[in-house]
Amino acid sequence: MIVLEHVNKVYENGFHALKDINLEFKKGEITVLIGPSGCGKSTTMKLINALNTPSSGRVLIDGKDISRLNPVELRRNIGYVIQSVGLFPHMNIAKNAGVVPRLKKWDKDKIEQKVNQLLDMVGLDHTTYGTRYPSELSGGQQQRVGVVRALAADPDIILMDEPFSALDPISREQLQDELIRLQQELNKTIIFVTHDMDEAIKIADTIVLMKDGEVIQTGRPDTILRHPANDFVRDFIGSKRLQNESTYEIPLVDEVMITNPVTAFPSRGLAEAIKMMESKRVDSLLIVDRNRQLQGAVSIYRVLDQYGEEGKTVADVMHPVRYSVASGSTLAQAIEIMDSHQLSNLPVVDSNNRFLGLITRGSVVKHLAEVYPTIVPPEQNGEGE
Amino acid sequence: MESEHLTFADFLSYISRNQGLLWEYFLQHIMMVAIGLGLAFIVGVPLGILCSKSKWAAKIILFITNILQVVPSLAMLVVLMLWMGLGTTTVMVGLFLYSLNPITRNTYVGLQQVEASYLESGKGIGMSPFQLLVQVRFPLALTYIMSGLRIAAVIAIGVVTIAPLVGGGGLGREIYAGLNSNNSLRIFAGAIPAAVLAIVADVVLGILQRKMDLSKRKSDGAAPSAAKAQKPA
Repeated sequence: MIVLEHVNKVYENGFHALKDINLEFKKGEITVLIGPSGCGKSTTMKLINALNTPSSGRVLIDGKDISRLNPVELRRNIGYVIQSVGLFPHMNIAKNAGVVPRLKKWDKDKIEQKVNQLLDMVGLDHTTYGTRYPSELSGGQQQRVGVVRALAADPDIILMDEPFSALDPISREQLQDELIRLQQELNKTIIFVTHDMDEAIKIADTIVLMKDGEVIQTGRPDTILRHPANDFVRDFIGSKRLQNESTYEIPLVDEVMITNPVTAFPSRGLAEAIKMMESKRVDSLLIVDRNRQLQGAVSIYRVLDQYGEEGKTVADVMHPVRYSVASGSTLAQAIEIMDSHQLSNLPVVDSNNRFLGLITRGSVVKHLAEVYPTIVPPEQNGEGE
Repeated sequence: MESEHLTFADFLSYISRNQGLLWEYFLQHIMMVAIGLGLAFIVGVPLGILCSKSKWAAKIILFITNILQVVPSLAMLVVLMLWMGLGTTTVMVGLFLYSLNPITRNTYVGLQQVEASYLESGKGIGMSPFQLLVQVRFPLALTYIMSGLRIAAVIAIGVVTIAPLVGGGGLGREIYAGLNSNNSLRIFAGAIPAAVLAIVADVVLGILQRKMDLSKRKSDGAAPSAAKAQKPA
């Protein structure tokens, strides 16, 4: 367990970077330090491997004050992954991955075995990649090696400084998933710095939210989402993400439905029906009479099937609509009906059975996309902090 | 005017008649350059490292080596001669002082240009400053150091032709003998090998310099194909 006690950091120019930080990083957990740039999250993380020393206060690892330890020795026992990866370009992948065990003077065979095992574990076949050089690998592959390098000497603690933020979104997702998978196997104490809330929610056991050198809130991701401590946290989470329990309601069908679906009167001919479907790019029509009473529905297949018989109208080929929901029902009810009857859409009607709109799978997805607008994080500039 | 009568055949026959002596001059030439450069390398690289450790050391050391290099070569050798007397040693010390600047400066620049991310990760994973120097900074500075050596070598091969003026040997002897006896054949016999030597040194060290650029190192051509060959198996 790592404990920070009343840590302050004041730079020579008078900048107060950390203000009385008190934190506890639990063993075997992923703790994510998050906040806007310049909030002191990286500075805080670097206290742990003595890349940064506190102006006052103490850093304890398993009860030992690290200022009494040799910083070089200390760092060899703490894995370190940085945003710019920093693999040494003149060493091949196997050499890069095994650099820490070599510093610790492990046996050659033991290093090789460990490195090969870890490379395979992160999906880089050691026979193929071991002899390659960093410049021959993609960014995502390089950072995998970066993670292997941090794990190679079997440290209990791993520090990760925005390790995935310079990667493309796909590699980033993959590496996040892989980190979660690795962690289930390895159970390390991981301190992870990021400015990306989605990343934090995805991987964190505990989130520490920082601003201007102070800890604003600490807690499980769920707790922080449900009970943000103040407006800053609320803003940082993103107002539309998962809204506060009290205000979050399952939407009504009326909010989700398409209000102008393609309808036709029963007297329409089949050729007309096809023309309408073509121009509106839909594969079915809802048949409504002049009082907007729902009569039935026709699909393009049914129309085409009977197309040869000229005198027929849509009323002759339509099938009755068996299911509908009343206006004012919740989306959950609608989805349940659609799901249990394998429907691709579901009409919404008012109390007089008048047709109001249509719930389709597309409209449900569209609605969800509006509720969770930040699933793909916009920040890809990879600026360091 | 006599040169009108001279042919390439005359030149070749002169060389073959005097090959023993010319070969000796040639070897002396190379030896003086090699020892002068070798000393400059042995002293210059540590000086470069010292420069990278402290800004003050860098200012002072580079100031001195700079001055040493701007002194005209003849003046430098004459001053050294007054102090050390005539002979090959004086020449080699002169070359040493002359070559110090490119080697020290390039070592310093090479060590400074290593990307910060390598230094950060090296430090962060627990390398001591010395290990960081030996395992990361120095290998990545090699191409710069080689380029310094290359500049120094080409200058030294030229400068060493004036060695006879302070009692040294080398191809310069043949050149000065030719000048004194107004014999173009002898001038060419000294000057051409010296020029060729400078060009060869430049090319060879240039190749070495490129080989030692480890910052974009790739596994050699055989490795990827070997890896491919393993896949279908």
